[in-house]
Amino acid sequence: MKFTKDWLDIHLKSKKKESQIIDKLNNIGLEVEKIEPVKNELSDFVIAKIIKASKHPNADRLKLCEVDTGENKIVKVVCGAPNAKNGLLTIYAPPGSVIPKNGMKLEVSKIRGETSYGMLCSESELKLSDESEGIIELNSKNDNKIGKPYFGNSNKNNVIELSITPNRPDCLGVRGIARDLAACDFGELKELKKTKLNKKIKHNFKVKIEKDKNQACYVFGSCIIRNIKNTESPGWLKNRILALGLRPISAVVDITNYVMFDLNRPLHAYDLDKIKNRIIVRNSKKGEILTALDNNNYTLEENMCVIADDEGPLGLGGIIGGTRSGTEIDTKNILIESAYFDPEITRKTAKNLDLNSDAKFRFERGIDPNSIESGLDAAADLIISICGGEVSKFDIQQNRKFKPLEINFDPSIVTKTIGIKVKSNQIFKILTKLGFNLKKKGKIFSVKVPTWRPDIFGEIDLVEEVIRIMGLENIKSIEPEKNRIKPTLNFYQKHFHLAQRSVASKGYFETVTWSFTDENLNDNFKEEIDTIKIVNPISSDLNVLRNSLYPNLIFYMEKNSKRGFDDQSLFEIGPVFTGKKPGEQITVVCGLKRQSVSDKQHRQMDVFEIKKDLVQTLMELGINKDEFKIEAKTPSYYHPGISGSIYSKRYNLLLGYFGELHPKITKKTFGFEVLLENIVEYKSRTNKVKESLSFSDYQKSDRDFAFVVDKQINAQNLIEVILDIDNSLIKDVKIFDVYEGENIPSGKKSIALKVTIQSDYKTLNENDLTDISNKIVNSVEEKIGAKLRS
Amino acid sequence: MSDFEKKVLEFKNKLDQTQDIKLVETIRSEIFGKNGFINQEFKRIGSLSVDEKKNFASSINKAKQELQNIIRSKENEVLNKELNEKLEKEKIDVTLPEKEFKIGKIHPVSQVIDEISCIFSEIGFSVEEGPDVENDYNNFTALNTPENHPAKDMHDTFYLDKNMKTLLRTHTSPVQVRTMLKGKPPFKIIAPGRTYRSDSDQTHTPMFHQLEGLHIDKNINMGHLKGCLNYFIKEFFEVKKIKMRFRPSHFPFTEPSAEVDIGYRIENNKIIIGEGDKWLEILGCGMVHPNVLKNCKVDSKIYQGFAFGIGIDRLAMLKYGINDLRSFFECDYRWLNYYGFDPLDVPTNYRGLSR
Repeated sequence: MKFTKDWLDIHLKSKKKESQIIDKLNNIGLEVEKIEPVKNELSDFVIAKIIKASKHPNADRLKLCEVDTGENKIVKVVCGAPNAKNGLLTIYAPPGSVIPKNGMKLEVSKIRGETSYGMLCSESELKLSDESEGIIELNSKNDNKIGKPYFGNSNKNNVIELSITPNRPDCLGVRGIARDLAACDFGELKELKKTKLNKKIKHNFKVKIEKDKNQACYVFGSCIIRNIKNTESPGWLKNRILALGLRPISAVVDITNYVMFDLNRPLHAYDLDKIKNRIIVRNSKKGEILTALDNNNYTLEENMCVIADDEGPLGLGGIIGGTRSGTEIDTKNILIESAYFDPEITRKTAKNLDLNSDAKFRFERGIDPNSIESGLDAAADLIISICGGEVSKFDIQQNRKFKPLEINFDPSIVTKTIGIKVKSNQIFKILTKLGFNLKKKGKIFSVKVPTWRPDIFGEIDLVEEVIRIMGLENIKSIEPEKNRIKPTLNFYQKHFHLAQRSVASKGYFETVTWSFTDENLNDNFKEEIDTIKIVNPISSDLNVLRNSLYPNLIFYMEKNSKRGFDDQSLFEIGPVFTGKKPGEQITVVCGLKRQSVSDKQHRQMDVFEIKKDLVQTLMELGINKDEFKIEAKTPSYYHPGISGSIYSKRYNLLLGYFGELHPKITKKTFGFEVLLENIVEYKSRTNKVKESLSFSDYQKSDRDFAFVVDKQINAQNLIEVILDIDNSLIKDVKIFDVYEGENIPSGKKSIALKVTIQSDYKTLNENDLTDISNKIVNSVEEKIGAKLRS
Repeated sequence: MSDFEKKVLEFKNKLDQTQDIKLVETIRSEIFGKNGFINQEFKRIGSLSVDEKKNFASSINKAKQELQNIIRSKENEVLNKELNEKLEKEKIDVTLPEKEFKIGKIHPVSQVIDEISCIFSEIGFSVEEGPDVENDYNNFTALNTPENHPAKDMHDTFYLDKNMKTLLRTHTSPVQVRTMLKGKPPFKIIAPGRTYRSDSDQTHTPMFHQLEGLHIDKNINMGHLKGCLNYFIKEFFEVKKIKMRFRPSHFPFTEPSAEVDIGYRIENNKIIIGEGDKWLEILGCGMVHPNVLKNCKVDSKIYQGFAFGIGIDRLAMLKYGINDLRSFFECDYRWLNYYGFDPLDVPTNYRGLSR
């Protein structure tokens, strides 16, 4: 919503300065978004310099100019003037500006295959003289004014732009803003000017609101004005229209716009002579077509509210008029519409047609239904005074009455909500000034809500009005109490936090990537999950919810590789979606690691490095290593031979995957995933007291063995068999070599391991050790089919 | 000088002159060996008179002691010299680089979430979460945002179905609804998380992070809201004083509603938070609307309270001088390394939020 201080003065008698008003508006919830000098019709024309003028490649008499238009902005302009040359200071008109001579609006256009952004002007085009031979040549004094408007800003006023929240349609008119300011003692709200319209002619044009289902039009008021002389608007009106950022069109159109912004009362003017027989407000039929004032054709669905005549739709109720009945400069007789349309239905229709307008913006928020006549009054009065003519009596068609809402308001709720005492006469004063009608009923007020405030439903809304006008700075801050009802983090949140820091501490950089991704990338990782499509994605490469953290991580790793980073460790912790219903998501930690091949100083990266990162992370999350069960089966996006999954033995839950990623997806990259929610709370761990520590001081002995086994045998099986033999003596089994090749039969491998043997009760002698060694050899040979390597 | 003394002197000279550990060993056995000098001399004692015996024995013992000491120190001297020579040869260039290691990084958003949780933990808030995919009811309707209301335009929503019933949450406020529906008052929670709006330009990304706050109890009023946010902002920016202003605004789910601005100024191209005459909007808040409480089965005659929503990314940008929101999600290795935090920098109450 835009306005100027002098416009506000029409409604508010106030001695406050513009700057004070701006502060106050912010303070009462009418946020000032922008303040900028009022533009006039000529502010677009700026001083500019031709940097380079070269011949147009496809036209002998045209030149291609590079023009400095200020703030280091260089634009390309095609120019036909013979005097266009390097270094010339001249006047530039950007696309969107209107050339005074012919009223032509400039657009970006192609001239003989070269795009031209705006034009360079001659004196005649700017109506400065009749000189049209070449473009204007300015002297060098203007060299430091490049980018400045040539005609200056004649108007010293500022345009104040407010960002009005959707609950305050009343402030989409200057009068509403004035009323709010008056309520906080920033002046006095003036009475609306009384018009002395002589409604001497008859309203002899038939208007009817059809009794359709979900009829959006509740009131249709109109008046006829005959024998007008439509014209260009007078200066004051043009300036108001320009201040709004609109282009003046004609007095009739400008006046309807002016009233809309002044009183928040949308109006529409029809050329009466173009309406066939009568006006019917009805629901549309499927397939009806409207050519609207925005020059687009709209094909209507069923049951959209149209204003129609016997030939078809003239406009969409509360949204936009049509070209067929639009007023023109030579229009003689007009009909002005001042109506009320249902906010929801209007919004739905506009949304369906993807149509926006100032009127729709107001109707969907709620217009004062009791402003029908004052709107007609104001518009007719202005039209008569500018264009002459005779006004008819007003015709009001109405199918429903609007009674003001009444609220029983207990003023003590103000203190209860905001924490400070407010006297009831202050409450009375503020609400009355805002237009509420208050009557005392014992301890409470009976409050009548003005019809221009559709946002007020109950007591709490009135509390907001009171504190808003008083100023929130009056609320006293209460120091927070430092007491806790419940622990800050639950078990899973602690794990999230711990996992994040645990992975980062292994040299990984944490990333945050989109929860959506490219369907094509995601397809490699979705496995059994159905693709979850976003109906309205921001772009086609972010069109599905991710089923894995890998697609985005790999995408960004490749990007970093292109930037020249060969060694990278990235990870993300976040949601992975398993279905499209709320809650069908799991939390995954995913690490991705790649090392440059050229790095000879270090051992080339292998799967055991990524396994180490995963295992260590799981152990740091509190799972004992003896809880792990490792299997070779993994999802298809891993290298089938070089990857594994880890399960917890006790709950048989999948804890995570590790391995090399499938070479068809990405080259030589390793990754791991942890399924965070599968790390469940172990009951025993809730007991914080540890069992007392016991360890043996008797001598420890190590025995080395090498077994030849089938290639398919997992090292883990071998270790488990040995550990099972006698856990009072065998304390540890470590593999120190795996060998295939010479001296080993094909299909076999040799596993060398070190077994640590220790008793808790005595020092073992040579016999004891031989005994246990034999047991180890026998068990392994028997259970695994291994042979002791000789 | 007796023969004995001459012989002793001779040994001393020999030892003095040598630097050869083998020769020292030879001399040692010449002196202390089974048939060495000392034993030989002791054997001579038997042929001496009683008086001489005593004197001679004492001079042998003295010489023995003396020679032992000399040999020991000689041995030390020679071994040390050899070791030093060896060590000298082992000398390496310690300015060569250390073995490679990597320090990981925590993303600024995660760090800031931890900082925020730490601050609110101190005043008794606990952390709640909700799903990223929400239904229309929790995201809008329960929060007093009716169907077909222009307030919905404030949120450009991503939908997962054509009927627009399932969506990506546009704010963290549905966590309020979920929390209240599953529990009983009082409620004192914060809810950080991912939020989504179909918006992408210089200052907007289709995904961003929000923090929801909710405190419902008997007699919680706007003074508590002000105190809580004042405390939070001061703690978060680690400043003693903060210039703050509450401006009335509108959110369907709070009434009265406010936006909070903090004062700032620019000095040497850097933003100084908490002072100066410029204002920066950082959060929205208000008293929870009675309709919301009703939808969440909380009796608004007994309970009331406040809620607030803060842009986490925005806070991170302000506190750590990050200019471009989009860079948060671009995963540039250099950016992550520069703006990321050491994983050991866990924000805590006792050690402080940041280093």
